[in-house]
Amino acid sequence: MIHNLDIGPVEKSPRIDRLIDNLYRDLPKVESERAVLVTESYKKTEALPIILRRAKALEHILKNMTIVIRDEELIVGNLTTAPRSTSIFPEFSNKWLLDEFSTLEQRTGDPFTIDPADQKALEEIIPYWDGKTVNELATELMFEDTKTAMDHNVFTVGNYYFNGVGHIGVDYEKVLKKGFSGIISEAQDALNRLDKTLPEATEKGHFLEAVIISCNAAIDFAHRFADLAEKMAAEERDPRRGDELRTISANCRRVPEFPAESFYEACQSFWFVQAIIQIESNGHSISPLRFDQYMYPYYKADIDKRRLLKSEAQELLDCLWVKLNDVNKIRDLASTKGFGGYPMFQNLIVGGQDMDGLDATNELSIACLEATQHTKLPQPSISIRVWNGTPNELLIKGAETSRVGLGMPAYYNDEVIIPAMVSRGVSIEDARDYGVIGCVEPQKGGKTQGWHDAAFFNMVKVLELVMNNGMLDGVRITPETGEFSSFTDFDQILDAYQKQMEYCVRFLVNADNSVDIAHGMRAPLPFLSSMADDCIAKGRALENGGAHYNFTGPQGVGVANVGDSLMSIKKLVFEGGKYTLAQIKQAVDDNFGEGGASSDKVRKVLEEVVRRIKADGNSLTPAQLRNIAEVTVKTVGAPEKNADYSGLLNDLDSVPKFGNDLEEPDDLARFAALTYCREVEKYTNPRGGKFQPGLYPVSANVPMGEQTGATPDGRRAGEPLADGVSPVSGRDTNGPTAAANSVAHLDHMIASNGTLFNQKFHPSALSGREGLEKLAALIRGFFDEKGMHVQYNVVSRETLIEAQKHPDKYKGLVVRVAGYSAHFVYLDKSLQDDIINRTEQVF
Amino acid sequence: MSLNCYSVRGVVSEIQRFSVHDGPGIRTLVFLKGCPLRCRWCCNPENLSREPQYMMVGGKEKLIGREMSVKEVMKEVCKDLIYYRRSGGGITISGGECLLQYRFTASLLEAAKLEGFTTAIETSSFAGERALETVLPWVDTALCDIKHVDDEKHIMFTGQSNRLILENIGKIGISDADLIIRVPVIPGFNDTEEEISDIAHYAAGIRGVKKLHLLPYHRLGESKYKGLGMEYSLEDTEPLSPERMEILLAAARTSGLPCQVGG
Repeated sequence: MIHNLDIGPVEKSPRIDRLIDNLYRDLPKVESERAVLVTESYKKTEALPIILRRAKALEHILKNMTIVIRDEELIVGNLTTAPRSTSIFPEFSNKWLLDEFSTLEQRTGDPFTIDPADQKALEEIIPYWDGKTVNELATELMFEDTKTAMDHNVFTVGNYYFNGVGHIGVDYEKVLKKGFSGIISEAQDALNRLDKTLPEATEKGHFLEAVIISCNAAIDFAHRFADLAEKMAAEERDPRRGDELRTISANCRRVPEFPAESFYEACQSFWFVQAIIQIESNGHSISPLRFDQYMYPYYKADIDKRRLLKSEAQELLDCLWVKLNDVNKIRDLASTKGFGGYPMFQNLIVGGQDMDGLDATNELSIACLEATQHTKLPQPSISIRVWNGTPNELLIKGAETSRVGLGMPAYYNDEVIIPAMVSRGVSIEDARDYGVIGCVEPQKGGKTQGWHDAAFFNMVKVLELVMNNGMLDGVRITPETGEFSSFTDFDQILDAYQKQMEYCVRFLVNADNSVDIAHGMRAPLPFLSSMADDCIAKGRALENGGAHYNFTGPQGVGVANVGDSLMSIKKLVFEGGKYTLAQIKQAVDDNFGEGGASSDKVRKVLEEVVRRIKADGNSLTPAQLRNIAEVTVKTVGAPEKNADYSGLLNDLDSVPKFGNDLEEPDDLARFAALTYCREVEKYTNPRGGKFQPGLYPVSANVPMGEQTGATPDGRRAGEPLADGVSPVSGRDTNGPTAAANSVAHLDHMIASNGTLFNQKFHPSALSGREGLEKLAALIRGFFDEKGMHVQYNVVSRETLIEAQKHPDKYKGLVVRVAGYSAHFVYLDKSLQDDIINRTEQVF
Repeated sequence: MSLNCYSVRGVVSEIQRFSVHDGPGIRTLVFLKGCPLRCRWCCNPENLSREPQYMMVGGKEKLIGREMSVKEVMKEVCKDLIYYRRSGGGITISGGECLLQYRFTASLLEAAKLEGFTTAIETSSFAGERALETVLPWVDTALCDIKHVDDEKHIMFTGQSNRLILENIGKIGISDADLIIRVPVIPGFNDTEEEISDIAHYAAGIRGVKKLHLLPYHRLGESKYKGLGMEYSLEDTEPLSPERMEILLAAARTSGLPCQVGG
């Protein structure tokens, strides 16, 4: 362990703010270039096996895409021509974009602009992809009842259903140490050694060939930047910038082809890896993981030998941090609500234990936090690993960063995560070397295909199924578990919940496995696979089971709502006898007298009516359709004013809630979470790996709430679900330690794909060094109790409300959404409201 | 030490967790009912009377004050044991005046020592000899008010003389407890630079004083007066600005004591 880490401020280069200004000057664009290039290539390679088609497509893109070196950049490599813009990846899904072209700029969250020429180019190529996408194949692979459950929002597999998988940390260290030339020789050796008489030799050979093509393409891509920088240097009038460009040129000439020899080269090599992965596929959460570990030897050598001043190293880091925000991704409108704020989830984690179990914190860990304080941008998602041996300085620097108000860093508990990973079959050394992917998902980098964000599963829908005996919106989803009003003791309800959970999770598993198989068939990624063990050794891409560790991690959402609902039923029906189950169900169906079923429910009912009419062989004229729609809205969506539930709502209010350190409601929330987790961990994916549950929502708790009717805890139809494992907004009233204790009461070890706990603090809570010390103590205490993750939004409610009113004045305001931070003003209003309403803890 | 302390009973109005401005580390504040002073600015008027009473809170009647045993209080307080260990925090007994129910206070602090965390009291120091002697051996940190050095003004605004108070603070100063002096800064009562400087210089002369905190007047208690049907005599008093507090802080610092605004 290194003692006496210097955590004092380091000067920020004036270059950094200028880079940031350039990056955020305009709204991001949708660009057509990559989509056009991938289509050109695919048209030429139809006869080839898919793995070679993918390699050739990447080669074609990297060779022909427009490259730019932005003003004053020190680390180069663009993904799009215009800053933080997005490419299109039609091979994953193609239809939604055609439908949404006209609304991209006006949408309420994550707007984009598109030039007419780009729109035209995309309109021309998108039809080529009809029937060829991962999305369409996945749909075909699913069973019908799975699709029905999905249509009724029991879960969504949206992320990988429409896009690349991502969610990986590759072996950056290998590229830094060996260069792509080293990886190419490794693949070439494997190819040479291949016994060509074996039946699997053909596929393996193709894969290895694809790796070689992709890695060569990456090297050539870097050389294009070397040429461009050289040309620009020759034309540059400012001699200082000329020198910078010549250095850039020399760097790109060497890396990532060869091993990095300096910290600057290591940064540049890292960036090419990070960028090209995100050109090959649009999967997000490409996470740098333990950057402070694999970059440290380069940092230390340069500083020790005085080749680099600390401030110069900091400038390079800061440049890289800015660059990590020059990556963007467009999602369809519906997904935007679940992933609000242009998030890219490039999670970079510092501190924690090394593979031998000793503390690994170093000066670069501190410098990374400093870079986040300098840039104040959403990327990278910076995190800290904490264990009993974590030096206090790291936590204080972390708390100081939290106080900046960006919602970062997130804190992770080694003492829970390491054993949780070991329980899933990861070796102790690998588990100690974990990083965090995306929001909160632990992964051993460089040898795992974790599929961490496989689905969002609505745990509250399972309760709806219990209350409606297996039906949703009049459609049978799951088998009957008994008429709700007929249950005579509380345990019968818990049993029914477990049964319905079993049924629902089976659908979830089928859906995930279908999408998994579709990616394996249509979108294996040879470049990505070149940097993950054991792909080259096995001769198989990550998508085909090439990784050393394989998992599928779907997330349960709504723990606190289910817990509080069960508690309400227990107290008001089975213990007081004041209400019957029928009355509770009626109240929920009536949305507590406020009526107006969610618009989503109205749509579902309407679709079902139309489907049944058509199933009987009838057709409908537009006029008839309009009539049916009007009647449906009037009946299903009508506010039910005649019922008065104020008495019940008062009684519900006095039922003890999860989040207040009270045993009974905390036990029921624990039951809710465990029921989901124990079911999920039973299953296996097509890559031979295990399913492992997580409990976090990204920002999906808001749209999932919109799709969910009223619940027995008093939550009205359409209101957001609780985020992650946090208490329902506003219901934790006993202070932050009580909330933390309740959250720690859940079993985090079993939720090995990650849990998410949000706390919000008023800035006054963290004033002075004492405030930082107390936050550090709070984190340590929560982790002593075996909490897994916690993050803090340190921004006042007043500031957020002001920012909502005057977005122009608060363009730079970055807040924690879920497992990531984003610019507040680009979020959809419903998500902004959810963040404002989280309980604020004042010291 | 004996375990008898757990059965002692007293009247508690509130147990507030995660209090970080009343003593070191993360603490739980236990508010006891009953106070011999009648400070006009008092922000906890529900704790003046020793008996349980009703107060209107958010349109609903709420019973304030409950007789509890030390054991019952400790069950709640110990929920944050881990945070006390990590932060050097513990229990702070406040009120009302915690030296009024002094046997109960002493027993709570004794129990805290048995559980292994730190103790603090927040007190007006207006108490008899017996009370002080019983409680003081269990106290790690004493947060004692000096509201004014001018006795007449003290009587006018609090209903009691400051003589006993200052005498007791002297005794606390020579005990093993860490002594922190707190000055509620009240407009129209003690908010001139001269008055603050006088108080600070007086405090600096007491043996054992470690720090001085200036606590700016706030109106958070005002609604409670309405809820209790009591009159609030400082109704039109505006809180002091942060700039004004800085000036007063500078005046306090002339005493040479380490001073800060807030606890």
